[in-house]
Amino acid sequence: MSENTSSSHKAAHKAATHIVIVGHVDHGKSTLIGRLLHDTGNLQDGKITQIIESSKKRGLKIEWSFLLDSLQIERDQGVTVDSTRMPFRLNEREFVIVDAPGHRQFLRNMITGAADAEAAVLVVDASEGAREQTRRHAMLLHLIGIRHIIVLLNKVDLLDFNQERIHHVQKEVEALLSKLDLKAEVFVPASAWEGDNISQKSNHMPWYAGPTLTEALSQVPLPTPRVDLPLRLPVQDVYRFDNKRYVVGRIERGCVYVGDTLVIGAQKTPARVASIETWHTPPRTSASAGQSIALILEPDVIPDRGDLLHTSQTPPMEASRLKARLFWLRKEPLRVGETFRLRLATAEHTVTVSSILSVVNLDDLTERPDIEVPPEGFAEVILSASGTIQFDPFTPGTTDGRGVLVDRQQRIVGGAPIIGPAEIKIGDKSVHPTLSAITSKDRAKIKGHKGGVFWLTGLSAAGKTTLARAVENYLFTQHVDVCVLDGDTLRAGLCHDLGFSEKDRTENVRRTAEVARLLQDIGHVVLVTLISPLRSDRDLARRIIGDSFKEIFIDADLTLCEQRDPKGLYAAARAGKISHFTGIDAPYEVPSSPALHIQTGHGTIQSHAMKLAKFIEENVLLEDIFCKRP
Amino acid sequence: MGYEAMDHLDQLEAQSVFILREAYRTLKPLAMLWSLGKDSNVMIWLAKKAFLGRVPFPVMHVDTGKKFPEMYKFRDEYAKIWELDLLLGECPPVEEMDPSLPPAARSAARKTAGLSAMIEKNKFQGVIAGIRRDEQGTRAKERVFSPRGASHKWDIRNQPPEFWDQYATPHEEGMHIRVHPLLAWREIDIWRYIQRENIPVVDLYFSKNGKRYRSLGDLDITFPVESHASTLTEIIAELEITKTSERSGRAMDHESEDAFERLRVAGYL
Repeated sequence: MSENTSSSHKAAHKAATHIVIVGHVDHGKSTLIGRLLHDTGNLQDGKITQIIESSKKRGLKIEWSFLLDSLQIERDQGVTVDSTRMPFRLNEREFVIVDAPGHRQFLRNMITGAADAEAAVLVVDASEGAREQTRRHAMLLHLIGIRHIIVLLNKVDLLDFNQERIHHVQKEVEALLSKLDLKAEVFVPASAWEGDNISQKSNHMPWYAGPTLTEALSQVPLPTPRVDLPLRLPVQDVYRFDNKRYVVGRIERGCVYVGDTLVIGAQKTPARVASIETWHTPPRTSASAGQSIALILEPDVIPDRGDLLHTSQTPPMEASRLKARLFWLRKEPLRVGETFRLRLATAEHTVTVSSILSVVNLDDLTERPDIEVPPEGFAEVILSASGTIQFDPFTPGTTDGRGVLVDRQQRIVGGAPIIGPAEIKIGDKSVHPTLSAITSKDRAKIKGHKGGVFWLTGLSAAGKTTLARAVENYLFTQHVDVCVLDGDTLRAGLCHDLGFSEKDRTENVRRTAEVARLLQDIGHVVLVTLISPLRSDRDLARRIIGDSFKEIFIDADLTLCEQRDPKGLYAAARAGKISHFTGIDAPYEVPSSPALHIQTGHGTIQSHAMKLAKFIEENVLLEDIFCKRP
Repeated sequence: MGYEAMDHLDQLEAQSVFILREAYRTLKPLAMLWSLGKDSNVMIWLAKKAFLGRVPFPVMHVDTGKKFPEMYKFRDEYAKIWELDLLLGECPPVEEMDPSLPPAARSAARKTAGLSAMIEKNKFQGVIAGIRRDEQGTRAKERVFSPRGASHKWDIRNQPPEFWDQYATPHEEGMHIRVHPLLAWREIDIWRYIQRENIPVVDLYFSKNGKRYRSLGDLDITFPVESHASTLTEIIAELEITKTSERSGRAMDHESEDAFERLRVAGYL
């Protein structure tokens, strides 16, 4: 190491403080950031000219948001597509400003920028007060553990800088935050557009004695080092280089010293730290929170990735059922019974959502029981695993309990800060679905095609079953694993307890969709023939089945169906012998945008069947030459 | 307690080492891009820190054939000294590139094509690249683990969530992940680290006759900037006060407002 690493050198370059700027769309986030960077001399030469040019080109006066909205589409459509980060220096202190979009897929992008922030600036348009996204953003700050909050009451010029009116808005935001156990450090009345109270004290508000925004930022405390807490070292990997075994990972909190005896993970094997290995760094006898290190252990045990190294006096908690908060990022809702991988630092566990305790109502921030968590929703859930999970409850300012849920397609679908262990209550359903180790990709490779569900909806006698059976025959000759789930056939067995009331019909659809999904998961092409007259029911099926659900509308008008009437059902319904008959005394809701629309009023069965078969093949066959079917 | 508080460089280093180890664990096969510039030298250095003195995966140089002679000399020398498993890749001629791109961007697009071909040939699931957020607006919107579909395109509108050090994993045939361990570093951090660690760099970065290169690309589309900084200390002092952009000498950034974005969406670094 060079001699430049003196202690004075170290003191000069403290880590940058991350500040996330949040707030309702159009409350002035981007203008604020532009103003802040400009007034504090943090803009590069030519940047202003560039912004003025870009603004002019689109017929706008100076548009500060173009500083951050660097993408063409963002400037053209006037929306922020993704979060961005800008370095920013205030006197001697380094900051990183994180800007997150206010609307589209906000949660996903905001969490990406905000999760590591030490403080937040919540921008509220003082003339509008708190809005839906103000509540959402505050909720998220609460969930990810950001506790230093500066509220910027923006656009106070629109309230004529009137103390009483501004104070009124402040009270409202205070009340909102207190519902979330949050308390703002300071409320700064400001006008980002005019520059009032950003870096210059406003002379329009002599009554205000508090700090400007830049003063408030310099008062954000530096993060406390987590070195005094008990040791947590999650194993990231184990290397074998040159006959030496290195156990590597980042210390999340605490310190480790050569000679310490550590306990390894859930199996609780003890091992001694023989040495801390480095390359091109002076030899070490200790290491502390934040450092990525490599250990040699004695005896030469082989931990697994995810094992937590800790001391025997201060073990983590253990449980197989965890209570967690949840912010849900998938575009489909979450329902009880779904299975995920829970990532906790470097560990991964299979967990099932065994219950949804409550869902947050974002209109008033109250919690109430619900059967599903909507997209971008917040909830409290119980996650159950088959084995023991070692964890520390989520604590702001540490990395403890930062659970993340990953779905079967390896997508990150939610954040789950762990609250603590969940006791099993009498009456809880003990459901523990498991996952197959064989992936759908593996199955598709062998078969040469993917699984899929083709949901044929239409009136009775529209031709659903006839077509499905014809296509089944054809695909079978093409070596496709295909099957038909026929409404009548199912009602004879699986669903024989159901009638034709709306409730029973929904249950019929739900069961059929669940069976279709199971078959699809093992690689089958499933043709479902079910009248399924209600749009909400078909949407339910779509949710259960997922992306591979394809709605096929088998369309024939009622008169034609009544003429065909192969089972004599229309006649019976007209005669009043059966009730709730679709088309006669129960509605059929036409699909608004089916994946395929087949009108059976004209053309031959043969041509309709080929059209459907072709559509299916396009959707399920693999093109990869390595996967050619026999 | 006997621990030494971490400074900014210590923290950046620790985080980059963590990222490199995640990539090595989860993405196989993995490779690192070496553009021969200051950032990718730092990246190789960080890999050696992460893997105790070695780089346990191939290092790729996608060669446009138009680099400075000093850069080729540097490459051949340090590939040996650092014991790198060096993979060289060629780029197709400029005539095969999208003619609607402005000239310098069109020339730079050759590198994208060369890179794509190497990724496909070697079926790399992870490619480590040394881009930084402070270099350019579209890079500021990048993820540390940035998934690329089978066409290698960057889908800016659909980037996955990335938080609490949990990164994306490939979930489809033919896709790969671009890993960006230097995303949080700034230009001045790179130079301070180079100075602290004594990391060698091509001497084109140091001022001769009142000019130096701040960023290195192809000979014909990279220009030196006015500067008298001829030592590391002087470069750092210059960066502490400068207000011009690092890439001001890179022609393709300035041809049209969206030239760089178009390059990046198509798979450029």
